[in-house]
Order: sequence, then C-alpha cells, then structure tokens
Amino acid sequence: MSKEWPLWEVFIRGQHGLSHRHVGSLHAPDAEMAMKNARDVYTRRNEGVSIWVVESAKITASNPDEAGAMFEPSESKVYRHPTFFDIPKEVGAM
Amino acid sequence: MYAQLVESGKAETSEQDVAFQKRIDDGIRIEPKDWMPEGYRKTLIRQIGQHAHSEIVGQLPEGNWITRAPTLQRKAILLAKVQDEAGHGLYLYCAAETLGISRDEMTEQLLAGKAKYSSIFNYPTLTWADIGAIGWLVDGAAIMNQVPLQRCSYGPYSRAMIRICKEESFHQRQGFDIMRALVEGTEDQKAMAQDALNRWWWPSLMMFGPSDKDSVHSEQSMRWGIKQNTNDELRQKFVDQTVPQAEWLGLTVPDSELSWNEEKGGYDFGEPDWNEFMEVIKGNGPCNRERLEARQKAWDDGAWFREGLMAHAEKQSAPIAAE
Repeated sequence: MSKEWPLWEVFIRGQHGLSHRHVGSLHAPDAEMAMKNARDVYTRRNEGVSIWVVESAKITASNPDEAGAMFEPSESKVYRHPTFFDIPKEVGAM
Repeated sequence: MYAQLVESGKAETSEQDVAFQKRIDDGIRIEPKDWMPEGYRKTLIRQIGQHAHSEIVGQLPEGNWITRAPTLQRKAILLAKVQDEAGHGLYLYCAAETLGISRDEMTEQLLAGKAKYSSIFNYPTLTWADIGAIGWLVDGAAIMNQVPLQRCSYGPYSRAMIRICKEESFHQRQGFDIMRALVEGTEDQKAMAQDALNRWWWPSLMMFGPSDKDSVHSEQSMRWGIKQNTNDELRQKFVDQTVPQAEWLGLTVPDSELSWNEEKGGYDFGEPDWNEFMEVIKGNGPCNRERLEARQKAWDDGAWFREGLMAHAEKQSAPIAAE
C-alpha cells in the first residue's frame, strides 16, 4: 500500500509590494516538488511574483467553535477605534 | 454540469441544523472546520468529487487531438487548455479533501466505477471539429453551470470555482475560434463543423441533468446553497445564448422543434433523449470503458513515480544514523 503524498498550502505574492495570500493546496512528496507543482497549478497566468509552500500539517489554526471567546476581547474594546472619541468640529481634522 | 444526479441527504432539524440553515440563509460561507450536517458533507463530497473527476477525464477526448492539431499554434493552445483542465481537477480535489476524504480514496472510487463523472466525456472526438465543438458547447455549458457555483455556500468549493471561471472563458473562445476557422474554410471543412455540432448539441444539453420535474436531488441542494439554479433554468439560458452563435457561424442547430418564443423571451426546444443519458451514466456510452481504462492505466503506470518520490523524500528527511 503506497503512502499518499502530503498536503501543502500555497501562498502567492500577486504583485511586488503585496503580502502573500493563500490560494489553495496541493499534494507533493517534498518542498522542492511542492514548489514546482505550485508554479504549474497556481501561476499559469502571471498570478504571482513569489510563492511560499508550507506543509498543511504544520499549520496551527484557531478553532471555529471557540471563535466567540477568541475574538471577544477585540469586540469589547470599542475605544480602540478612533471614531469612539468625539473631536469638536472647530478642532479640525485629526 | 460536471456533477449530474448528485444524491443529496435529508436535512435534520436539531438545534445545530437550524443554526446551520440560518447561517446559509444569511449568506455566511461554511468553512472546513465548521460544524455541518452529515448530509451536507456527503452531498458536497459527491458533487465536488464528481466535478473533479469530470475535469480529469475531460482531458481524454481532447488529448486525443493534441498530436494531430492542424497547426503548431492550435497544438500549443490545445495543450494549454488541457493543462488547465488538469489544474481545475486539482483545485477541486483539494476542495473535496477539506471535507475529510483523501485524494486516493476519490481516485479509487472513480476507478471502481462508484464515483461518476459528466456523461459528456463518454462521447468520442472523431474529427478536429469536435475539439471546436467541445470548447464552444461543452465548456460553454460548463461556464453556465459554474458561474452560479462561485456563490456556493461551501467556501473552498466557491473559491475553486472562482479560479476556474476565470480560466474557463479562454476555453470557450478557443473552441468558437476553431469552429469559425472551419466555417470560413472549404465546403468540406464547413460540413465537418456542422457534423460536430450535430453530434455534440444534444449531449451538451444533457450536461445540465434531467428536467426539474425528474430531478430528485435538487431541492435540498438548493436549500443548502450548494446549487443556485435549477437544471431547466440553466439549460434554457444555454440554448438562448448558443443558438444565435450557431446562426452567426452559419450552422444549423439539429433540433426541429427549435423556435423563438417571443412571449417568454427565449427559445422553445426539443427534449434530449433521456434514455440515452441514463445509459451513458450507467456506463453504456460509446467511450465509458475506454475512459476508465485510460485512467486506470495512468494510475498504475504512475505508481512507481508516486512511491519513488515519497521514498526519496522520506530518506532525505530522515535523521542521519550515528556511525
């Protein structure tokens, strides 16, 4: 029984100056082949100037069931947003 | 298109199910690790798997003409198109894998005849004009079906469809361009284009699946946001779009019942032969055996390569043994 090639996640920088963005995944036996496959599968039409590949098993993801508690601290601190503060019109742009 | 007759599960009515349905109704995408009803998961695995297999098997009828394309440019274009189909298959397999099925399992299901692929790819490509007809009609029908799937409730499927749709319009145009070159050529070439249209028209209409009244799986899939339009709606749209294109080419659509219906603002057209459709789905189409044999051969012949590269990767990453 043969072993299936591991899964890799592919991230591509679309243009100079932008961040890498997740575009999809693929199977490959190792990083070198993952890179070659990523080029063929995800950049056939000038989609990128740089590729990252990372083994899917090495990614730690947040748990969607705990999303409520996880992101609550950012929801409850409205004063972190500039619109929380009233600036009198006379003061002008700030 | 690429997924015909996909069985869908029944919805339960637990609290979780109700919350799930609300999320779908609110237009919030479902992602791989989110809770989902088993029926939703199974329906998607079947549908995306079938869609992926269709992309892969769909390379075979076209691959048949790569070595015999009439010019070097046509050959390069066809190669690029067939390579795209491989890419589309890969995007889709990955989307299905997020639902908890492995790539190998899907391949095994295909080879064992348990998983289906679109009926259209069981027809032979007899002449070069068939390559034109496939791009124009088959990819045209695929686009019709795939555009709404970009809004599918399952995130990975929807994102794969967005990528695919971006690439698909090149496929349809290259097909139309082949047909155009033929109809502008000699009488024989024009006759070849007409013959291809005659043979591919009805199978293309069948790609949308049985009529709504006979389509048992549509309703639940629509409620779950897996499917956005009914089979008949999409078929009508396809006919309305394609008939004027055929007229422009100076070709005749092989349907004696075809006529413009001013009142509904669309064409009336005849029924495809659904018995033929069911036979092809069951495995009795002209090329079913050949297609599966080709996939089996590719799988078997590639085994040494898959295993060899894996063995190499393991050896490279193994810690060096102490002297």
